[in-house]
Amino acid sequence: MVVVVALVSVVVGSVLFHLLSPWWWPPIASNWGYIDATLIITFWITGIVFATVVLFMAYCVWRFRHRPGRTAEFDPENRRLETGLTVVTALGVAAMLAPGLIVWKHFVTVPDDAATVEVFAQQWSWSFRMPGADGRLGTADLRLLDSGNPLGLNPYDRFAQDDVIVEAADLHLPVGRPVKMVLRSVDVLHDFYVPEFRAKMDLVPGMVTYFWFTPTRTGEFEILCAELCGIGHAVMRGYVQIQEEADFQAWLQGQQTFAQLRESSSAGP
Amino acid sequence: MVEVTDRPDTQVPPAEVPDVHPPHAHSWLSRWVFSQDAKYIAIQYSGTAIAIGLVALVLSWLMRLQLGFPDLVSFSPEAYYQFITMHGMIMVVYLLTAIFLGGFGNYLIPLMVGARDMVFPFVNMLSYWIYLLAVLVLVASFFVPGGPTGAGWTLYPPQAILSGTPGGRDAGIILMLLSLILFIIGFTMGGLNYAVTVLQGRTRGMTLMRMPLTIWGIFTATVMALLAFPALFVACVMLLFDRLLGTSFFMPTLVEMGQRLEYGGGSPIVFQHLFWFFGHPEVYIVALPAFGIVSDLISVHARKNIFGYRMMVWAIIGIGALSFVVWAHHMYVSGMHPYFGFFFATTTLIIAVPTAIKVYNWILTLWRGDIHLTLPMLFSIAFIVTFVNGGLTGLFLGNVVVDVPLSDTMFVVAHFHMVMGLAPLMVIFGAIYHWYPKITGRMLNHRMGLIHFWVTFVGAYAIFFPMHYIGLAGVPRRYSELGDTPYLTASVAGLNAFITIAALVVGAVQIMFLFNLLWSARHGQRAGGNPWRAASLEWQTPDTPPRHGNWSDELPVVYRWAYDYSVPGAPEDFIAQNDPWPARPVQP
Repeated sequence: MVVVVALVSVVVGSVLFHLLSPWWWPPIASNWGYIDATLIITFWITGIVFATVVLFMAYCVWRFRHRPGRTAEFDPENRRLETGLTVVTALGVAAMLAPGLIVWKHFVTVPDDAATVEVFAQQWSWSFRMPGADGRLGTADLRLLDSGNPLGLNPYDRFAQDDVIVEAADLHLPVGRPVKMVLRSVDVLHDFYVPEFRAKMDLVPGMVTYFWFTPTRTGEFEILCAELCGIGHAVMRGYVQIQEEADFQAWLQGQQTFAQLRESSSAGP
Repeated sequence: MVEVTDRPDTQVPPAEVPDVHPPHAHSWLSRWVFSQDAKYIAIQYSGTAIAIGLVALVLSWLMRLQLGFPDLVSFSPEAYYQFITMHGMIMVVYLLTAIFLGGFGNYLIPLMVGARDMVFPFVNMLSYWIYLLAVLVLVASFFVPGGPTGAGWTLYPPQAILSGTPGGRDAGIILMLLSLILFIIGFTMGGLNYAVTVLQGRTRGMTLMRMPLTIWGIFTATVMALLAFPALFVACVMLLFDRLLGTSFFMPTLVEMGQRLEYGGGSPIVFQHLFWFFGHPEVYIVALPAFGIVSDLISVHARKNIFGYRMMVWAIIGIGALSFVVWAHHMYVSGMHPYFGFFFATTTLIIAVPTAIKVYNWILTLWRGDIHLTLPMLFSIAFIVTFVNGGLTGLFLGNVVVDVPLSDTMFVVAHFHMVMGLAPLMVIFGAIYHWYPKITGRMLNHRMGLIHFWVTFVGAYAIFFPMHYIGLAGVPRRYSELGDTPYLTASVAGLNAFITIAALVVGAVQIMFLFNLLWSARHGQRAGGNPWRAASLEWQTPDTPPRHGNWSDELPVVYRWAYDYSVPGAPEDFIAQNDPWPARPVQP
């Protein structure tokens, strides 16, 4: 009997915890409300299945518990029941998979008007690069990296000269404009993760990865590294400032380009 | 196809090969230490796995203390990452894989298929000793300068072999990789044995479709392991070469702390593909034996045949096959080509269908059964709860776009602990309570068993259910400290403290369980040969514990499947597999 009470309590407790828990995702700040919606659908379907299965099991344990004189039924197979359950399960799975794949198609298709921003990670800090007036990021190679060229840009590439370099500081982005994040790492795997944006992606040395999103509200959002990258993993943080267009432009004007950076470092001691 | 029926097949096929007696022990050493008897090897495997599992348990306490009470306990990040890495690796490989295949596989396969022993007893012995060596190499890494590796149990390069990771440029990672290589060599010896014994060593009448599901689970898992472990083997060898010889299989051009390293041209993603080509089947290498064993526990203790036996067998085989085409669902945000997401999300969700069939059939076995709430049955019920819970959260993580916000968060940690930590452990506990009387001739103490069950079931659920919500709130996994992240309410700390307390209690009660194992071997109530009145063959041995060679001069002959419980008209509520009732056997 205790078992039946325990099983019912597990279901009731889990549902109550879900409904009353203060631990929930932070308010969304990007266009990926679709992801939240798919997640909610999944919560509903799986929650109903969990409650049904466990409560049905609790009923069986109560109804068919051993009592003197009780005999079990001999019941090897039931083709109709087994086929029916298989079909119902397949439909439930399809109901979760279909919206998931549709949203994924959206997720992997970067809109043509997306601005490009490069995220550059190393143990254990975040830097960024934005194209200048030409709208193009210049080429880069890790073999060119030194103290005067912290992101390893190609000094002979004209597209690189006006690239804006934000070294180990906050990233600023304008609200409401889609942005393609181009990700590069110098040393180990990292992962660019801002919980409010919902999207995340690994940075892999030796290759360039990407994802896209549109910031939908202004504010300061924390970047957390989400792929184990050594002992500094938990302190590898940064901030994204989402601003109105005018504030963003004002910030952008104050940043150094690659050409300016090279000038100041060669003029130095 | 064999009809599932309560009528025995009275046509006993002729013996195809003469009965062979396994080698006899000549001395104390070859009987107890270098034993070639699968039953002793099983106990050696299990004992070693439990011993190293205790280390992993203590490591989990240490990491939980750090997370729950950061003001009181403060380990360095190095130590914390070493704890999580060794905890994960030990639990997945050295405990779960070893105890299911090396422990239960060795003990149960020969007895349940009616063989005298494994077909290659010497290789079987060698398998254990190489496993022990692998464990010792693993343990040694705790005592070398720099300590064990802290690369996370996935050992992703480049960080696994670089200086920013504990043990990366020291001996830690080298010993880890060597230990895995040894483990795989040892496992291959055992695995070939299990597979060949199931295929060739069955007694007369034991057709494949009459085997207990325990054997189907262990057999399928073994075949999978023989196919999956080689991927890990080559990954380990290549990573070892990258670390020791300066090759660049997985190492691109990179700059570490301002220094350009000599590496170039390799791909870290290839390692991930190799690792998960092993790693995903590994989940089912642990799960399928658990599925099989729990089917038998439920059937015996509900006094009812397993519902839909043939469907259960095909589901096991289907899951085994499908699990080889889902590996990259661990890599949705790894930077691999995003279009892989469509394929792997689809295959991953398809695997939910045969898995759900298994759950339905376990519960439909309880339906109209005669449910005895013994300890094995209690643990089986706990298994279903934790497995259904963990399996359902797999539908979040398998569905590529839902995985994106949850990937690499504590949600993942909660999910895999529920589905491949707790669920298989519940089966291991249930199975030990079930077969302990066969192994020792005595019952485990019931009172201690009840305490063990309730604390473990309720406590473990209280650890891992709330943990999902910590991940949902955005806490990444493998964070030794949370810092003052603004959107995380301070109460995550409160929840973490609660989880830590639950973990300490659940861990402590396992110590009591181990005490019960030792105490009952001497003081437990005498069990007799078949205390659960079970139908499968291992309960029909002439001696309990079974003696060397398992059977008397005659091997048993099997007339029916292992699930003839509560057959209408039968004299008892079970008919043993080697009982020809109601007919007389027709000898050829």
